[in-house]
Amino acid sequence: MRFGAAIIGVGLFAFVALVGAAFGVDAPFRQHMWVLFFTLSAFAVILMRRTSFAPAAPADPASYMDEPVRYGAIATMFWAVVGLLVGVVVALQLAWPDLNIEPWLNFGRVRPLHTSAVVFAFGGNALIATSLYVVQRTSRARLFGGDLVWFVFWGYQLFIVMAATGYLLGITQSREYAEPEWYVDIWLTLVWVAYLVVFLGTILKRKEPHIYVANWFYLAFIVTIAMLHVVNNLAMPVSLLGSRSYSAFSGVQDALTQWWYGHNAVGFFLTAGFLGMMYYFVPKQADRPVYSYRLSIIHFWALIFLYIWAGPHHLHYTALPDWAQTLGMVFSIMLWMPSWGGMINGLMTLSGAWDKIRTDPIIRMMVAAIAFYGMSTFEGPVMSIKAVNSLSHYTDWTIGHVHSGALGWVGLISFAAIYHMVPKLWGRARLYSDRLVIWHFWLAMIGIVIYAAVMWVSGIMQGLMWREYDAQGFLVYSFAETVAAMFPYYVMRAFGGALYLAGALVMTFNITMTILGHQREEDPIGGASFQPALKPAE
Amino acid sequence: MSERQIDETSGVETTGHEWDGIRELDNPMPRWWLWTFYATIVWALAYTVAYPAWPMISSATTGFLGYSSRADLRSELGAIEDGKAGYVARIAELPVEDILADDGLRQFATSAGAAAFRVNCVQCHGSGASGSPGYPNLNDDEWLWGGTPENIRISIAHGVRFAGDGETRFSQMPAFADMLDRQQVSAVTAHVLALSGEGDGSEPGAQIFADNCASCHGEAGKGDPELGAPDLTDAIWLYGSSVEAIAAQIRAPQHGVMPAWAERLGDTTVKELTVYVHSLGGGQ
Repeated sequence: MRFGAAIIGVGLFAFVALVGAAFGVDAPFRQHMWVLFFTLSAFAVILMRRTSFAPAAPADPASYMDEPVRYGAIATMFWAVVGLLVGVVVALQLAWPDLNIEPWLNFGRVRPLHTSAVVFAFGGNALIATSLYVVQRTSRARLFGGDLVWFVFWGYQLFIVMAATGYLLGITQSREYAEPEWYVDIWLTLVWVAYLVVFLGTILKRKEPHIYVANWFYLAFIVTIAMLHVVNNLAMPVSLLGSRSYSAFSGVQDALTQWWYGHNAVGFFLTAGFLGMMYYFVPKQADRPVYSYRLSIIHFWALIFLYIWAGPHHLHYTALPDWAQTLGMVFSIMLWMPSWGGMINGLMTLSGAWDKIRTDPIIRMMVAAIAFYGMSTFEGPVMSIKAVNSLSHYTDWTIGHVHSGALGWVGLISFAAIYHMVPKLWGRARLYSDRLVIWHFWLAMIGIVIYAAVMWVSGIMQGLMWREYDAQGFLVYSFAETVAAMFPYYVMRAFGGALYLAGALVMTFNITMTILGHQREEDPIGGASFQPALKPAE
Repeated sequence: MSERQIDETSGVETTGHEWDGIRELDNPMPRWWLWTFYATIVWALAYTVAYPAWPMISSATTGFLGYSSRADLRSELGAIEDGKAGYVARIAELPVEDILADDGLRQFATSAGAAAFRVNCVQCHGSGASGSPGYPNLNDDEWLWGGTPENIRISIAHGVRFAGDGETRFSQMPAFADMLDRQQVSAVTAHVLALSGEGDGSEPGAQIFADNCASCHGEAGKGDPELGAPDLTDAIWLYGSSVEAIAAQIRAPQHGVMPAWAERLGDTTVKELTVYVHSLGGGQ
């Protein structure tokens, strides 16, 4: 019977949720368990409606298992739009505090919803989908694990739903980028181990003699995130039927653990993982060899070794001892070139194909992504220098830095990968429209530039206002005055974000039409004369 | 596995690996990249020798520059404190009237008070000290508890209706909902508005005012700072100027609370705040 085991498993899991909803010791936990129960019940019903008793045709072991990748591409686009929309909402809340709708939609709950939705829902789905796509093709092997792959995909979506609804219900352990409480963390751990098994199993049964560089990066991402997630979330639940827990760490050790996690979430989730994406999709799309094998080895190991120590730069001038601050700073400086190694390898792969920036909008998007990667991995080490950090820390400059990396690098490279994959996954000759990709490119580009530039100005202004004191040593501005001065920048920043969201909506339309099998009649980009050979003879 | 071959476009040899059509060139690492990487490592090592860095068994190396962020902060704050010390010592000694009489001291105390105000007072009284409903505007020359330097100092030091301070300003207006019926409340409301030139009021309203309100607010409604009874003729309304707001305040008055600051900020800072607040509205 198709889905037989899955239906039983989901049903039992739903029953456990029902028990939690009935006997939970705090109201948010009971509400959260109701959410879980209804989600799982709906899922079980869908599975039952799609079940069949006919024996399933065995999967062709020579083919690639692309159905989860197709689901993953759609999930990526869905969560991108959700995450970006919530981002625009929180940006508007900063400008107009009246938009805080108590209690579920106040800034404190919606902000982690935004960060988790873009990093883990959008970014995570993009990484899982592309890694499963890439590892099969570069290993010439079907995914290992069979239905375990589906557990990874749906289990991860359940994690996202539970994290997001938990935030809105006010359930948080207050660890930045790791807000979900203990029971959601345990679930993610299970899903993540399954993901590791699928990925590693596929590599182990590869038919290529060597492991491709993209897979080194994906594997580093999966392994390190597992370690970071488990250590950072070590906690003692107050009750096995309650939503509260206490961290295993306290004081400055707790702060350092959080930023060891937080910075490496950037390093291994948003950098290493997406470098894996770059190493496959850029050479594929450009149809050029990777620039330098030696560079890829050296910058991979240097990046992996150095990144993990850079976290303390988030705690400059705090209770963290000076020696730890120094180490966080010097490791961040040494990280500059290893990061740029990826940029060089990505950009130089295009040597011999630079003309494609004009004719191939996907290449254009990739180049912009790599340029933003290079820019933000230069800005990061600069901001880790203590003298700079004493001005930039806690200001909007930091937020601007994160967004030039997130919108510029992570966003654009993921969009480019999806544009590359979708026609191949659904067997279409090309995208619905290349012209719409150009629209997307410019909307995103203008949005990012507005966002980053505005945040530089407002962040530096904010930092200067906070520290301003007069000749006699008296504070010049009250905090409220610095907030009032931010208003115009908050508005412009929301506008920049809205442009980026508009680009993602254009993409959603384009991808949807491509999947549905439509093709828009349009001239090739860069003029028809560039592809004379493609004209059929009369 | 394909063999090492020469890439036609670049003329560079490949590594001979191939995955899904992707090959790799055997380019060397860019020299500038490698040397910059080495330079950052050398710089990092040098920095860790100069500054606290290497963790040992029970402490960490201190670095030959002897830097410490705490010592740095202490010396920066210390330099500022030293510069202020002369003024601060005199402010600590003198009563507020004498501080006001000395130009140099008054200017210093105004700056110091303004800085303390930005940290401690703007949350309620606003950045420009212009207040908001329920929180008095400090820029006008109307003072609920008196506008002399000493009056202001006592208000700041001991607060208003602040439970934790034995010398706090404690008087409060009774709720007249129990004593006056609806018609009487609206009559006296009209009279109170008439005191500041809004409308005409009425004979019964004036009578009710004389019987119930004049004991604190005075016959003419000019108020009494001793009791914290506001002047009703100045058209300044702490809780709103509408008929409904005034009637509500008569029936069941809201009573604002201000914390006592002497214990938290110390007498010197309270004096500085007094000088600053006194300067805002042209104190009495």
